[in-house]
Amino acid sequence: MSAEVTVLRGARPYGEAPVDVVIADGRIAALDQPGAPVAAAAREIDASSLILLPGFVDLHTHLREPGREDAETIQTGSAAAALGGFTAVHAMANTQPVADTAGVVEQVWRRGVEAGLCDVVPVGAVTVGLRGEQLAELGAMAESAARVRVFSDDGVCVSDAVLMRRALEYVKAFDGVIAQHAQEPRLTEGAQMNEGVLSGLLGLRGWPSVAEEAIIARDILLAQHVGSRVHICHLSTRGSVEIVRWAKERGLDVTAEVTPHHLVLTEELARTYDPRYKVNPPLRGAADVDAVREGLADGTIDAVATDHAPHPHEDKDCEWAAGAFGMLGLETAVSVVIETLVEPGLLDWRGVADRLSTRPAHIGRLDGHGRPLAVGEPANLVLVDPSARWTVDPARLASKSRNTPFAEREMHGRVVATFLRGTPTVLDGQLA
Amino acid sequence: MRHLLSAADLSRDDAILILDTAGELGRVTDRAVKKLPTLRGRTVVNLFFEDSTRTRISFEAAAKRLSADVITFSAKGSSVSKGESLKDTALTLEAMGADAVIVRHEASGAPHRLAHSGWIDCAVVNAGDGTHEHPTQALLDAFTLRHHLSGGEGALDGRRIVIVGDVLHSRVARSNVLLLHALGASVTLVAPPTLMPVGVDTWPCQVSYDLDDALPGADAVMMLRVQRERMNAAFFPSTHEYSRRYGLDTRRAALLADDGIVLHPGPMNRGMEITADVADGSRSVIVEQVTNGVNVRMAVLYLILGGRAETDVWEMSA
Repeated sequence: MSAEVTVLRGARPYGEAPVDVVIADGRIAALDQPGAPVAAAAREIDASSLILLPGFVDLHTHLREPGREDAETIQTGSAAAALGGFTAVHAMANTQPVADTAGVVEQVWRRGVEAGLCDVVPVGAVTVGLRGEQLAELGAMAESAARVRVFSDDGVCVSDAVLMRRALEYVKAFDGVIAQHAQEPRLTEGAQMNEGVLSGLLGLRGWPSVAEEAIIARDILLAQHVGSRVHICHLSTRGSVEIVRWAKERGLDVTAEVTPHHLVLTEELARTYDPRYKVNPPLRGAADVDAVREGLADGTIDAVATDHAPHPHEDKDCEWAAGAFGMLGLETAVSVVIETLVEPGLLDWRGVADRLSTRPAHIGRLDGHGRPLAVGEPANLVLVDPSARWTVDPARLASKSRNTPFAEREMHGRVVATFLRGTPTVLDGQLA
Repeated sequence: MRHLLSAADLSRDDAILILDTAGELGRVTDRAVKKLPTLRGRTVVNLFFEDSTRTRISFEAAAKRLSADVITFSAKGSSVSKGESLKDTALTLEAMGADAVIVRHEASGAPHRLAHSGWIDCAVVNAGDGTHEHPTQALLDAFTLRHHLSGGEGALDGRRIVIVGDVLHSRVARSNVLLLHALGASVTLVAPPTLMPVGVDTWPCQVSYDLDDALPGADAVMMLRVQRERMNAAFFPSTHEYSRRYGLDTRRAALLADDGIVLHPGPMNRGMEITADVADGSRSVIVEQVTNGVNVRMAVLYLILGGRAETDVWEMSA
């Protein structure tokens, strides 16, 4: 906890009227009229014209540690998260070894504490080794020091309907949730890109929308049948949005996330055969991009989750089929949301706080995150300059990898400062 | 920088120029000494990541007849089989002074990556990439069709060509649809619906599931190889049913126009997509296709590397 006092002068909570925010003892101590005197302020930050939001919470991050520290470490990934305005990230389970035991999730959690730049919340594997055969010890992971609540075999789908049913049921005992990577495996064998006219022309094996939508529909019905909640990872198609909307209209307990790249990029980029645009689920068509934006705007989609997926350069500097699936996302996420939703008027700043912080924190059952900007609340905060413009230079990202799809692209809006329980992790757009 | 990556890069005039050039160069091969000095001192690399004896030797013969130095690099038994990347292989070959790389690769788009990734600076010719394209095959097919249907000149306006078989996995079909359309021909693709690509209805061709319906009066039919393994992946129930519905036998060949011809890019599955009687019959131009392949590939190398370096008559790709 920070013992010192910080004042954010003239910050605009949710983009509304400016206030001076006093942070003390890791909490919001006061929200004062601008210019009010503050006793013993150790640090004053000029936050005029900056938007104040609760720190972002990522439901879907690949930190690669343990096992692939050549691509990312918990330290470098945490730095990327802080620079992106995140105060908590869920670290996916597909590490080596897989995070399928209490021992591994506690190790990840501890390494996150040591890095100290954001809360690293491990996701537990649903099945042993992500093999889809036998449930992992979900209860042990839930009871561990890491307090796992989100379970996912992300990277592969829990495709066996019985296993999925059991997992959905089992985690009710500790209020957990299964985050499904919705991909019918047989329909996507060898798939390289979205299936459609373009995949036919490019001669790349298609990944049809139905392979995602069929699993989402099945799992929503399964969750309804057993009275559980289910979370849909990186939803990417118009049909998926419609299915989730249908389910929510019926009051079913389903939540869903969309990645920044599916909000802005389309399959047209596959024409380059450059694997930096290769991702799973694949980039879809323009109609799908419109649909996920609408879904995020109307609340059908609960959260923006980055699916930050670092890969070493050699795994992308090759032919398309040999390239790895995945893109970086942490350091560019809020800029994509600003460009695709805030500036066109689809989402206001309260909406941004809801989709990037409040709802993902609630889905992950994180107590200290996603809280309102109010006196007494934990000071997990981010200051955003919505008018800033910056160009992505892959070599200057904090991530250990460079596989951003936004290289050389001008981004809208920038994270200026991030606070984790009152302690700045980022100031002036740099690690503090 | 000029490459041949896709038949889509070729305008009607580009295609006719290549075919005309192939015709001129073909006359050389009728002479006792089958060599031209055009590419003397230039180095052409055959970079074959996939086994394809016929395409490789065709390119080799074409380059040698133009007096180029030819290096053939096959994946098997090379550093590629030890895990060397496409990029490093390409860098190595360019360091050896390659002027053109002819690449066959199992990954769709690999030639496009070689041409546009900034790894190397030499010309790239696509000799077949995955299930994407095989533009020189389409050119040799067009050359063969033109010889028989248009007196060896001009384009293929109004000619009706039927292409039958595994369109979904066929780079030959993709390149042929694009090129034959550019040359004014009317193309009909015939296959079971399982072997048609998604979006084929947007291609510049007709689509049919019924071979007997498509063949009558056609000027040519091109049979595509169908791998027996497709049966195991449930693309069709059995080889017998495939042959019955989509195989070319003498009865069906007789439905063609009077002087209609039969093509096959090879290698053939005799008894599967084509009967031996048809493959060896009077309408078959399958062996001729091989000869024409050398001439067409000579023309491509000649135009990319030698003949018209100063003019932009034949700008193929950015």
